[in-house]
Amino acid sequence: MLLMLAPAVLFFLLFAYVPMAGIVLAFKQFNYDGGVFGSPWNGLDNFKFFFDSGDAWRVTRNTALYNIAFIVVNNVLQIFAAILLFEAAGKWFRKIAQTIMFLPYFISWVVVGAIAYNLFNFDVGTINMLRQGLGMEPVDIYNTSAYWPFILVAVSAWKTLGYGMVMYLAAITGIDTEMYEAAEIDGANIFQRIWKITLPNLMPTVIILVLLAIGNIFRGDFGMFYNMVGNNGLLFASTDVIDTFVFRSLTTSNEIGMSAAAGFYQSVLGFATIMFANYAVRKYDKDRALF
Amino acid sequence: MSSTNVNERRAAARPEAKKRPGSDRILLAAIGYTVLTVLAVFCIFPFLLVVSSSLTAESAIVEKGFQIIPSVFSVEAYSILFRYPADMLKAYGITITVTLIGTALGLFLTAMTAYVLSRRDFKWRNPFSFFFFFTTLFSGGLVPWYLMIVNYLHLKDTLLVLILPMLLNVFYIIVMKSFMSSIPEAIVESAKIDGAGDFLIFIKLILPLSKPALATIGLFIALGYWNDWYHALLFISDSDLMPLQYYLYRLLGNMDGMRKAMMESGAVVSTSLPTESLKMAMTIVATGPILLAYPFIQRYFVQGLTIGAVKG
Repeated sequence: MLLMLAPAVLFFLLFAYVPMAGIVLAFKQFNYDGGVFGSPWNGLDNFKFFFDSGDAWRVTRNTALYNIAFIVVNNVLQIFAAILLFEAAGKWFRKIAQTIMFLPYFISWVVVGAIAYNLFNFDVGTINMLRQGLGMEPVDIYNTSAYWPFILVAVSAWKTLGYGMVMYLAAITGIDTEMYEAAEIDGANIFQRIWKITLPNLMPTVIILVLLAIGNIFRGDFGMFYNMVGNNGLLFASTDVIDTFVFRSLTTSNEIGMSAAAGFYQSVLGFATIMFANYAVRKYDKDRALF
Repeated sequence: MSSTNVNERRAAARPEAKKRPGSDRILLAAIGYTVLTVLAVFCIFPFLLVVSSSLTAESAIVEKGFQIIPSVFSVEAYSILFRYPADMLKAYGITITVTLIGTALGLFLTAMTAYVLSRRDFKWRNPFSFFFFFTTLFSGGLVPWYLMIVNYLHLKDTLLVLILPMLLNVFYIIVMKSFMSSIPEAIVESAKIDGAGDFLIFIKLILPLSKPALATIGLFIALGYWNDWYHALLFISDSDLMPLQYYLYRLLGNMDGMRKAMMESGAVVSTSLPTESLKMAMTIVATGPILLAYPFIQRYFVQGLTIGAVKG
């Protein structure tokens, strides 16, 4: 049995545990000759640089605010769609609608980036063509950071709608039908039924999913931000998240020590929030806790 | 609510109950169909836009922009893509290879790991579960992981770097484990009495019984490999090793490079490459297999999510 576990243990040692030791980089002045362990220590300089430049606050704020917006908008839409699909739609419509809404989940972020280009491009993008058709001035979306919070929230909603809806649909299907029958006999109309039975019964699932999402509030979706925004510095004020910042510091500006410091900062922050979230879930419903 | 209240309501409701849809249901259906149609259009519109753009003549795009219905129909973009498809086919080959190997190996290891963790008589079940699970809570971050792969494992610009880092996922192991926990222990017990070893039990008994979970998890893993561009972005600079999504990513950002390559290979003689429609055609070509397989595999994903929802 231990032998059967060996490959997986080796995998997580190599790709998770040994790199954890590399956290020392956050306290070092990295150079390629010294490598991870031979480079000289520089105390908290990397962190100082990261915090003093103002980047830390900007990317932390962006990461948290985007995730909060995603959690609220996505869950409300998903629940709304799931309830309507369950209560109002006929069998065929339900099938087709679910198939269409689930589709974006299967598409890579690169393709989403291509779609965004199709929509938002200044010269040939669909949005500007529509605006011109209506006699409005074209807007330079890729150079205006103010549009991007709205765009990214919409894209996230678009990509996750079907996925979340299917999950909530499963939870709704699990609600005891006797309650509905009793409500019907009592003369409740369908809206009262949704308000008084479906929603309250859905709440445990919602609370768990939201708490777990809150646990990940400091983890940005790199694929999304990178493919939507890329290295477009004009948009960083409103779109840079911790993950894209760490990536850029590593690959573009080559500030390895500072990048490691930012990554460590994110890991610690993420660990703290997920512990808190798990504690909250455990208090709410012991069986649903992660650990 | 009080009992008299209930009785009153029952009396009031009875004459009409279950005979025909009440006005409340009609209203809800109206809202439901409207909202869901709007949401469905919101979800599918971008896809239609890309398909139609890829089929629009370049001149029409330059003049009128991307359109939902091609004003001048043209398959020029596709014909250029397929006239000299060497690069694209290479990228396809890489993606298919990586997806097949990664899915087969990853699924096998996921199942094997999950099986051991699902055995109640395995002494170190909890410590090992924690060992795996802890990696989802805390990590060393991008930089140490990157340096590990590049400087210590020397995997930069190898096919392996597209396979290995994504091989195992703790979440899949957990889902698989909870599925296997539902297999009756008596089956394992009787096989043990017959003298079968643990590995043999896993291969001969547990794997066949786990088919539904294997199909679902396998498709999740395969989708992850097919759509992966991130590891290529970090670790691949050799153009012979570019997977499909990363090839598309490069093409979207670097049309000039594409144009040069195509002129060298003789695909286009002038600089009149249909840039915009070509980008969209390439997007379709890179997504095609998923769009085609989607109707058949969708239910497995729904299944997987449902397991996830039940388990929390």
